[in-house]
Amino acid sequence: GPCGANSVERKIYIPLNKTAPCVRLLNATHQVGCQSSISGDTGVIHVVEKEEDLRWVLLDGPHPPYMVLLDGSLFNRKVLLQLKGTSRVSGLAVAKAKPSPPQGFSPGLKCPNDGFGVYSEDYGPQYAHCNTTVWNPVGSGLSYEDFDFPIFLLEDANETEVIKQCYQDHNVPREGSGPEYPLCAMQLFSHMHAVTSTVTCMRRSSIQSTFSLNPEVVCDPLLDYNVWSTLQPINSSGKVDPKKEVILVATRIDSHSFFWNIAPGAESAVSSFVTHLAAAEALHKAPGVQSLPRNVMFTFFQGETFDYIGSSRMVYDMEKDKFPLRLSNIHSFIELNQVALRNNSVLWMHTDPVSRKNESIQTQVENLLETLSNSSAGANVTLQDVGYSQPLPPSSFQRFLRAKHIPGVVLSDHRASFHNRYYQSMYDTLENIHVEYPEGLSPEETLEYVTDTAKSLAEVATVVARALYQLAGGANDTSAIQADPKTVSRMLYGFLIKMNNSWFQSIIKPDIKVILGKCDVPQHYVAVSSPVNTTYLVQYVLANLTGTVVNLTKEECLNPEKPPHTEKDLYEYAWVQGSLDPNSTSRVPFCVRSTVRLSKALSPAFELRQWGSTEYSTWTESRWKDIRARIFLVASKELEMITLAVGIVILVFSLLATYFINAKADVLFSIPRDPGAVAY
Amino acid sequence: LCLSCRAFFWLVSLLLSSLIWFIAVKASDPHDEPLQKGLLIFGVMFSVLLQEAFRFLYYKLLRKAIEGLVALSEDGCSPISIQQMAYVAGVGFGLMSGAFSMINLLADALGPGTVGIYGDSQLYFLTSAFMTMVLIFLHTFWGILFFHGCENRRWWEIAAVVVMHLAVSASSFCNPVYVGSLVPSYVLMAVAATWAYLLSGGSAQNVRRFLLCKS
Repeated sequence: GPCGANSVERKIYIPLNKTAPCVRLLNATHQVGCQSSISGDTGVIHVVEKEEDLRWVLLDGPHPPYMVLLDGSLFNRKVLLQLKGTSRVSGLAVAKAKPSPPQGFSPGLKCPNDGFGVYSEDYGPQYAHCNTTVWNPVGSGLSYEDFDFPIFLLEDANETEVIKQCYQDHNVPREGSGPEYPLCAMQLFSHMHAVTSTVTCMRRSSIQSTFSLNPEVVCDPLLDYNVWSTLQPINSSGKVDPKKEVILVATRIDSHSFFWNIAPGAESAVSSFVTHLAAAEALHKAPGVQSLPRNVMFTFFQGETFDYIGSSRMVYDMEKDKFPLRLSNIHSFIELNQVALRNNSVLWMHTDPVSRKNESIQTQVENLLETLSNSSAGANVTLQDVGYSQPLPPSSFQRFLRAKHIPGVVLSDHRASFHNRYYQSMYDTLENIHVEYPEGLSPEETLEYVTDTAKSLAEVATVVARALYQLAGGANDTSAIQADPKTVSRMLYGFLIKMNNSWFQSIIKPDIKVILGKCDVPQHYVAVSSPVNTTYLVQYVLANLTGTVVNLTKEECLNPEKPPHTEKDLYEYAWVQGSLDPNSTSRVPFCVRSTVRLSKALSPAFELRQWGSTEYSTWTESRWKDIRARIFLVASKELEMITLAVGIVILVFSLLATYFINAKADVLFSIPRDPGAVAY
Repeated sequence: LCLSCRAFFWLVSLLLSSLIWFIAVKASDPHDEPLQKGLLIFGVMFSVLLQEAFRFLYYKLLRKAIEGLVALSEDGCSPISIQQMAYVAGVGFGLMSGAFSMINLLADALGPGTVGIYGDSQLYFLTSAFMTMVLIFLHTFWGILFFHGCENRRWWEIAAVVVMHLAVSASSFCNPVYVGSLVPSYVLMAVAATWAYLLSGGSAQNVRRFLLCKS
């Protein structure tokens, strides 16, 4: 009602607060995800814990449609397609499986980002569409199916227990016959406004925005910002000298899962960008890097999960001269992809066999591979070359290759298929990369504790930093370049367990500290409002690790146009809030000077308004108004009919009685003889 | 002199009594269960007394109005008798209290769920409807009784109305044992109906003649 939860409403409904919906995403040709009716979908709850329970839902149950409460272990393609094909199911609630399913679970595609990489009918057709190697064999493609009923994830085990208790009390079939009313039911609201495809929804949105005073936009493109920074400062408003060569290091910082804003991405994203950040820190600390012949650019791409939004945009900007660098400036390319699950400390180097057919590229690639192998001497990392038999795994490097043949290598822990059995799923958490802490530690102690995973990632970062030093033309001994496992540990804590920790709080701007307020697990979904927390934090962590503290006041720091700044385009200045004084509640803020910048990561398809493009990513997310879930009891039709009938009978009877009493009023009421009462 | 004025008076009494209850609840400890229950009982009783007080105020207002009407009329007779006033007053009171009881229930009954997930009875809506009906009737009859008592200075009639009102409200604390609240309320309604009928000029003879369809 309009007054919110009044007491009758509280008697009827139990709201489910800790849920995550499955929302609708659209691309140039299809819609994927889930949809509910505009006033929610209701159904009688049935708990499915083993496959035999499905029979009741699909065939035997006498009270369709059913709302299925599915155990996490049964959340696979076979069961979902069975539920999709019947009209007896009005919705699905999935309870997260604890522990994660041992056989693996991935709702992503078997061949991620197929068709948007470099391999196609014109370029290496034998490698296109995963003909040679299936990268994600566990992939079921569930995230890319279209469901016409709502699917929610129940994150809180207590709420799942409440629902199961309600089911046990009211819905369990007794002695073969159906259960009796009242029955426990659930209602899920997740009505999505966009339909069909990006072409349709963007057309409708643009018509609304152009002609309506109060536009009803139905979908938004997925967009965010890429974070990039250079070792030696470059003029961000000008162009870099064409003769200056730059080595590009790249990682992705986003992930995805079947449910909205659930994207822990530990192995698929966090492991790689944390290693990248540690390598950047190690390289900046090395002596003499500012005078190296080649520059190094550290790039963190957003939106790579959705057909390479960030990298395709950066390539487009470089081609159209909207970026300080051009493609011709790039000397070589190193990408870090999923590096946490190494077998026997082996790190594999993937290269593109098609471009290596060219002599000069082949020489440069071999040089690159050799430099990397040399850098691993002394570290607990063995670098091995995958060879010519395999194409590149899905990586941002493929988008750069589409534009220009650049020598490059993709480093990963897997030789052929992913070692990650939970690629782009809700189970890709810290347990997946074996991050373990001893019992009984406080949050501060957990922040500082160095795990084995952190040590292993720090080794990889050391190798990468040393290789970059040599590739950039450094001649000195590289044994002094070491990545710090403590930093890696703190970053793993911050990006996998809790963003609101003391280190992150000390390195961000004072006015955005509210984004760290949430207590739950950090998620790395690209989303439609930007920048997301992950982008902000990568930006500030990179600034802290690679920048310098300068002695400026707050006004000088925040106003780079005024003196004493002399080279305002070379650097970015940020006023960060600093760490908490011990035994005090105030912070000591300071100014950080770094070369960290953001560049827009919106697919060129939306800039060019080619919403049906097959060349650039066209992923959009639908808009919605109301997403919630609740459970309650439903009454039988008989009781409802009886209530209505009783009411109608009483109404008719009262009308008749009033008529007769009125007609015979003079019979029923005689005027009293008492003179004093009535009139004066 | 209309239904809505009466309804307005009931609303004002409800507002004042709910204000008192709200202040009392906020000023007390929300976790003390017996205290909260006690406060609820106190609130209900206070509300009943306040409603009856407002009924009395309305009576006073109507007396003044009748004198005015008589002064304005041509033949010195009032166009509306005090019994008609009493009846209308009672109906207005009843309708407003019924509306307040039922509207929010009906709004929630529109949704897909019914009461019961926390263990309440499934017949909640039906019994609420019957309780509301009996309260509306009771208010109508009490209006007649109360005004008659005020007119003829029979204080025991006024006292009986207040006692009956308190009894019906108190019986609602028996819920969800609906037998405990509905049965006494209907019995009291029958008593009040008979009494009001007799006061309005009816008799057993008239009823027999009515039922046998004689003129």
